Amino acid sequence: MMEFMEGSHAVAHSVKHCRPEVIAAYPITPQTHIVEALAEMVANCHLDAEYITVESEFSALSACLGASAAGSRVYSATTSQGLALMFEVCFNCAGMRMPVVMSIVNRALGAPLSIWNDQQDSISLRDSGWLQFYAEDNQEAADLHYLAYKVAEDRNVLLPAFVCFDGFILSHTYEPVDMLTQEQADSYLPRYTPVQRLDSTDPISFGLFASPDYYMEFRYQIDQAVKGAAKTIAMAGREFGEMFGRDYSNLVESYRLDDADCAIVAMGSICGTVKDAIDEMRKDGKKVGLLRLRSFRPFPNKEVRSALSGVNCVAVLDKNISLGTKGAVALEVRDALYGQQVPVLDYIIALGGRDVRKKDIRAVVDMAGQGKGDLFHGLRQELVS
Amino acid sequence: MTGESCGLFEYGHRACGGCAAAMAARTILDAAGKDTIIVSATGCMEVFSTPYPETAWKVPWIHSLFENNSAVASGIVASLKKQGRKEKVIALGGDGATFDIGILCLSGAFERGHDFVYICYDNEAYMNTGIQRSGATPYDASTTTSPAGKCSTGNRRPKKDLPMILAAHGAPYVATASVAYLPDLKKKVEKAIATEGPCYLQVHAPCCTGWGFEGEKTMTIGKLAIETGLWVNYEMEDGKVTRVKKVVRKPVEVYLKEQRRFRHLFKPKLNETEIAKIQAVADRNAERFGIDIKLKK
Repeated sequence: MMEFMEGSHAVAHSVKHCRPEVIAAYPITPQTHIVEALAEMVANCHLDAEYITVESEFSALSACLGASAAGSRVYSATTSQGLALMFEVCFNCAGMRMPVVMSIVNRALGAPLSIWNDQQDSISLRDSGWLQFYAEDNQEAADLHYLAYKVAEDRNVLLPAFVCFDGFILSHTYEPVDMLTQEQADSYLPRYTPVQRLDSTDPISFGLFASPDYYMEFRYQIDQAVKGAAKTIAMAGREFGEMFGRDYSNLVESYRLDDADCAIVAMGSICGTVKDAIDEMRKDGKKVGLLRLRSFRPFPNKEVRSALSGVNCVAVLDKNISLGTKGAVALEVRDALYGQQVPVLDYIIALGGRDVRKKDIRAVVDMAGQGKGDLFHGLRQELVS
Repeated sequence: MTGESCGLFEYGHRACGGCAAAMAARTILDAAGKDTIIVSATGCMEVFSTPYPETAWKVPWIHSLFENNSAVASGIVASLKKQGRKEKVIALGGDGATFDIGILCLSGAFERGHDFVYICYDNEAYMNTGIQRSGATPYDASTTTSPAGKCSTGNRRPKKDLPMILAAHGAPYVATASVAYLPDLKKKVEKAIATEGPCYLQVHAPCCTGWGFEGEKTMTIGKLAIETGLWVNYEMEDGKVTRVKKVVRKPVEVYLKEQRRFRHLFKPKLNETEIAKIQAVADRNAERFGIDIKLKK
């Protein structure tokens, strides 16, 4: 049913439909509307979950880990500094193969302190073993939570997952969203049955320490699971499409890319602006297309290579910066195109909420055409020269 | 002793001979029984009991990180409640995990009132990393980060009063115990488990390796701590001290001189000033808890 909803509320309703049994979260802007909405649902018996009001994000994810180990479907949400505080637990959740699903309402990391959007927070956890999905709009942000649980809990995956969507730009914006009903959600996502759990009738030990004789094999298996998740995403995404008409089987989305000379690569809400800019440039005769990454982990290597091997230039829009080198997306796109003669240029944009308009996208494409890239776009030159 | 152990904490683990923490673990499980979920913090006990692919734990057991066992326990308690399951949850941690790095999670879990028992095996320093001082290290103890030297007599600060801090959270049952009195420890674990809400037990666990005494003396050292008044076994119910182990006190020297960590107070020469300060700690404990048995003349 189509409803006009704030992004955070659309996500909260999706999460409710997923029937998490334990929720643990700590307030942080711009994530708060989600956890407030869930608390209200619990308070009014619209959601039958244990809601733990923890004293920090570190404890939020730790409590989720414990509840997951005890056999419950769990949920948390955070952003920015909160995610940074969870860093240690993030690696632990993935290493212990706990299928925790967490919304990341993307926000910049301090210093300087900023509550506004970029994607530095989740990108900085790229090595942690969590699956990472990025939504373009509120519809996708809502839908990806069903997909995330389905994939994370799959016996071939058993990994935690981030559903990332841009802070304020999506979280605080009203859009029409086609919400599933509880019955539809239940038919897509069955009740959680853990493979193993803490249980006195069948006692096992979780989280043992591994000597050099064993450690590498654990890490290898986690890596295999992250890579192998692509197959599960394809199946779960296709099933979602067959049931509800929105297909998420592909880890990427191509927009007017077939005959493009120049391809833009981006993730998240900026892709809406990019698509509009592309439509305008196409009218001017410029053959520009977009490759949007919906999944950053697993990284869609094959899809990127096959989508971009025919273009003359690739312009990557990175809402993050690996300080001292480049944006993380560009580095990985270059890696995917290794051996191909396609120049990949990187543009660091929109950090800390800096606005990006269609004219910025046109400027980036013009620069890419001239071979000019690997730079911050949109800087106030008077402040840095 | 506590009689025949039910063996839920299996032998064959890698603890040092005479390890008090291992004795505590066995006694805790004897008291708790098989329907117990253990949440261990990183530390000696975790490392010596679970080298993959082996485990000494015959009850469900989980270790996540150094500082989050209370938060992990919170999640487990919530999950069990949601599932209608009845297992008891015990979080275990050393004094580093409990007094220092994990106190945020511990405070949060106690404030929220989860029904679980937190047991700290207190060996008064970071033993797993090589005997560094913690917030539980007593005054003047020499550790690798508070070494006695020409300009120092060891650890400069008194032990943090964590039981009182947790009692102030409204914990219904807070108690201290010692591996030197295992039947008492067992009773206190049983009582903590039977009490609804977050309960805290702090167990004095002399560490032969870290304190510098022979492994066969663990019980003796533990008893001397009690008999000198440097460790007090007591129980608090709803914030009030309800039971205290009384003793005929001995001077603190008899406890200190048995341990390498206090050797600098005796050699190369007797440091009467510092020993008097430690005696004052024992005297304050005696007055505060009323531990002295008054002998009839």
